[in-house]
Amino acid sequence: MLRYTIRRVLLTIPTLLGVAVLVFFMLRIVPGDVIEVKLRADGGNVSQEVVDAERKRFGLDKPLVNQFADWMVGMAKLDFGTSMWTERPVIEEISLRLQLSLQVAIMATLIAVFIAIPLGTTAALFRDTWLDYAVRIITIGGLSIPSFWFGMLIMLSLLALFNWLPPITFTPIYVDPIANLTQLIWPALAVGYRYCAVVARMIRSSLLEVLNEDYIRTARAKGVFEKLVVSRHALRNALLPAITVIGLEFTFLIGGLVVTEQVFNLNGIGQLFVQSVSRNDFMLIQGMVMLIAAFYVFVNLAIDLLYAVFDPRIRYS
Amino acid sequence: MRLKLGLLITAALAWGLGSAQAQTPKKGGELVYAITAETPNYDCAGSETFATLHFASPFYSTLLQFDLSKFPAVKGDLAKSWTVAPDLMTYTFKLNEGVKFHDGTPFTSADIKATYDRMRNPPQGVISPRKATFADIDTIDTPDANTVIFKMKAVNASMLEHFASPWNCVYSAKDIAADPNAPRTKINGTGPFIFVEHVKGSHVSGKRNPDYFRKGLPYLDSFKGVFTLQAAAMLNALQGGQVMAEFRGVSPAERDRLKAALGDKLRVEESSWTLNLLVAFNTEKKPFDDVRVRKALLMAIDRWGGSQGLSKISTLRSVGGVIRPGSPSATAEADLVKLPGFSKDIKKSREEAKKLLKEAGQENLKFVLWNRNLAMPYTPGGVFLVDQWRQIGVEVEHKQSDTAPYLAALNAGNYDVAIDFSNLFMDDSTLALAKYLSRDRSPQNLSRSIDRELDKLYDDHIRERDPAKRKALVQAFEKRLFEQGYQEPLLWWHRIVLTHKTVMGWKMSPSHNLGQDLAEVWLNQ
Repeated sequence: MLRYTIRRVLLTIPTLLGVAVLVFFMLRIVPGDVIEVKLRADGGNVSQEVVDAERKRFGLDKPLVNQFADWMVGMAKLDFGTSMWTERPVIEEISLRLQLSLQVAIMATLIAVFIAIPLGTTAALFRDTWLDYAVRIITIGGLSIPSFWFGMLIMLSLLALFNWLPPITFTPIYVDPIANLTQLIWPALAVGYRYCAVVARMIRSSLLEVLNEDYIRTARAKGVFEKLVVSRHALRNALLPAITVIGLEFTFLIGGLVVTEQVFNLNGIGQLFVQSVSRNDFMLIQGMVMLIAAFYVFVNLAIDLLYAVFDPRIRYS
Repeated sequence: MRLKLGLLITAALAWGLGSAQAQTPKKGGELVYAITAETPNYDCAGSETFATLHFASPFYSTLLQFDLSKFPAVKGDLAKSWTVAPDLMTYTFKLNEGVKFHDGTPFTSADIKATYDRMRNPPQGVISPRKATFADIDTIDTPDANTVIFKMKAVNASMLEHFASPWNCVYSAKDIAADPNAPRTKINGTGPFIFVEHVKGSHVSGKRNPDYFRKGLPYLDSFKGVFTLQAAAMLNALQGGQVMAEFRGVSPAERDRLKAALGDKLRVEESSWTLNLLVAFNTEKKPFDDVRVRKALLMAIDRWGGSQGLSKISTLRSVGGVIRPGSPSATAEADLVKLPGFSKDIKKSREEAKKLLKEAGQENLKFVLWNRNLAMPYTPGGVFLVDQWRQIGVEVEHKQSDTAPYLAALNAGNYDVAIDFSNLFMDDSTLALAKYLSRDRSPQNLSRSIDRELDKLYDDHIRERDPAKRKALVQAFEKRLFEQGYQEPLLWWHRIVLTHKTVMGWKMSPSHNLGQDLAEVWLNQ
């Protein structure tokens, strides 16, 4: 197991290197750069000499290979560079937003998991009854309604019903938990609903499959209580594919809540991503892509390791 | 009878006293308002975006400022008084005494000199978009701590207005000496508010400057400017009372939504705007190097009809030339309609346009219209143009892109026709006309035209001291520009500002860059 884990961790290096090469060179294919946007987007009357001097200051005049090498050397020293828009360290720009995005992702995951497991299990156990139909309607609704649209409905409903909206600026949970939760519970609900629908449907179909397995029949034949059959034998196995979905959805939430963040005016990674892309802020985009890629790689590794915990038949050796 | 009269007088006095009391500014409170863009840095003098001014203005003072009650008149800010020599070659300013920077450093004339020197002769690594504006300054003398004298190399009839530019935030000479780029990352002004924090992507906040030199101001204890980059989020925040104002401007549809939701609690202020969208032709590319083609395309646009429809759905409204319609130097409507592209007889104008295209051998013209992918008002402006040109048989592909590739294409000349814009902070012809100068003199001229006749008219007008003659030169410039059709305004924007009625003392102006220091704003709650 340890050898497997070490090998998987080492394999992340070529994966992340591949991502780095791709993101670096693909970004440079798009015409234009952040200097033009910064100096001329609002009608700035700056000469070409000034634009060129700024490009030089940020090293954009160097050959691409040299720029890539500089970036790689910096990354090896955990220096992700400087945002070309704000001229502040990329790590500072990201860490400020990561806290919020991570919290929304965790809250949405908790909401999704705590609702999806009972929903999916109920639907499977009461297959083709009104309970199953009700769960299916709820989950199809979750899959069909985009999170941002649901978020807009939440906001407009709060306005229409209570003439109230959640706080507009972020307060860390350790500063004021009430203010923090009052702000973030709504986006977490908006994205948690869709997330919950995906997981619930996965659990339902997986549980239906498992409930037809021979070992379930054997357990029932041995006279094991039905509750134990479901919770210990069936659900534990049925959760395996759901864990993969939960992990991937969680990672998606870190950087993928672009529109939802805009609806709730959240200062998260998704919003930062869109802004940096529209400004061609290469260093910041690169930093964020690497961060999200690293999240994907490590969450996938964690999922694989969790498989062994849930299914003792799986051993990585 | 006497009793009745006495009662009436008493009632009138009481009412008058009451309403005067209602208008007496109250001290205290925190203003929370929306800022619809976030500044990349804090250097007003090195910036062109309103995002920097809406962020930084409350922290800084300028030498002069526009008097928004009598716009475009100017009034003193750090300058207590000033004199201008009759030949317009010397400007002498007497400065307010006892002014301090937020770090406690006393303000003197040396700070004005350092600020203006940094703009006109930027040291290595300092960006100064205002270098050309102040190029006519020869020397800046500081005979004593409270006097500063600007001596000019040549007359610039708009110089006094330029001294009132909101971009000229006065910095500490000590800060600039330590690091010429200090204002990009550090805020140390003499303005009504002291910087508290800037949480990236979230908000900026400031607290009252107890040593502010304009006695009794500011009224507010503090302010918080919240970045709401999406219009929907900003409107929700205004409706839900999370923010009390947005000082840039909204569209008519947004105004109507909020009016319906908030009713009497909302104040709506409207004004024409010192911003326009314009059509630019790439004059280095065929067939747009042919004046007949450019003129034909401009003549096909029904601006007068378009303004009726577009003003209902977008911020586009007024028909005008290169100067904001309705302002003193603007061309009168009777003269404007004689210029290509401004005729009210659109049927006749389009017939002429078709003739011109035929003469140029471009009856089946097809091209790409480049536009920014900003919803308001670029998208409606672009869609409108496509439709107008379709009516003379021209096929147009409307290409909307992010700002970076858009600017890259336009600056490299890789485009056919583009929607550009002109963003001014006052109705000054020196500023307005500069965009249309030959490309080698004006990097803002995206049509890439070279026209020495226009350049000469501009130079003559800038040195002209007689307002009537100056206006005539502006009109000659405009006529030449439109006859050649390099670039032409499509429509001028209309500014609509929404504030909760509790927000008092803020003054509306035709520019979203003016009046953002919040010194006189107070809360009636």
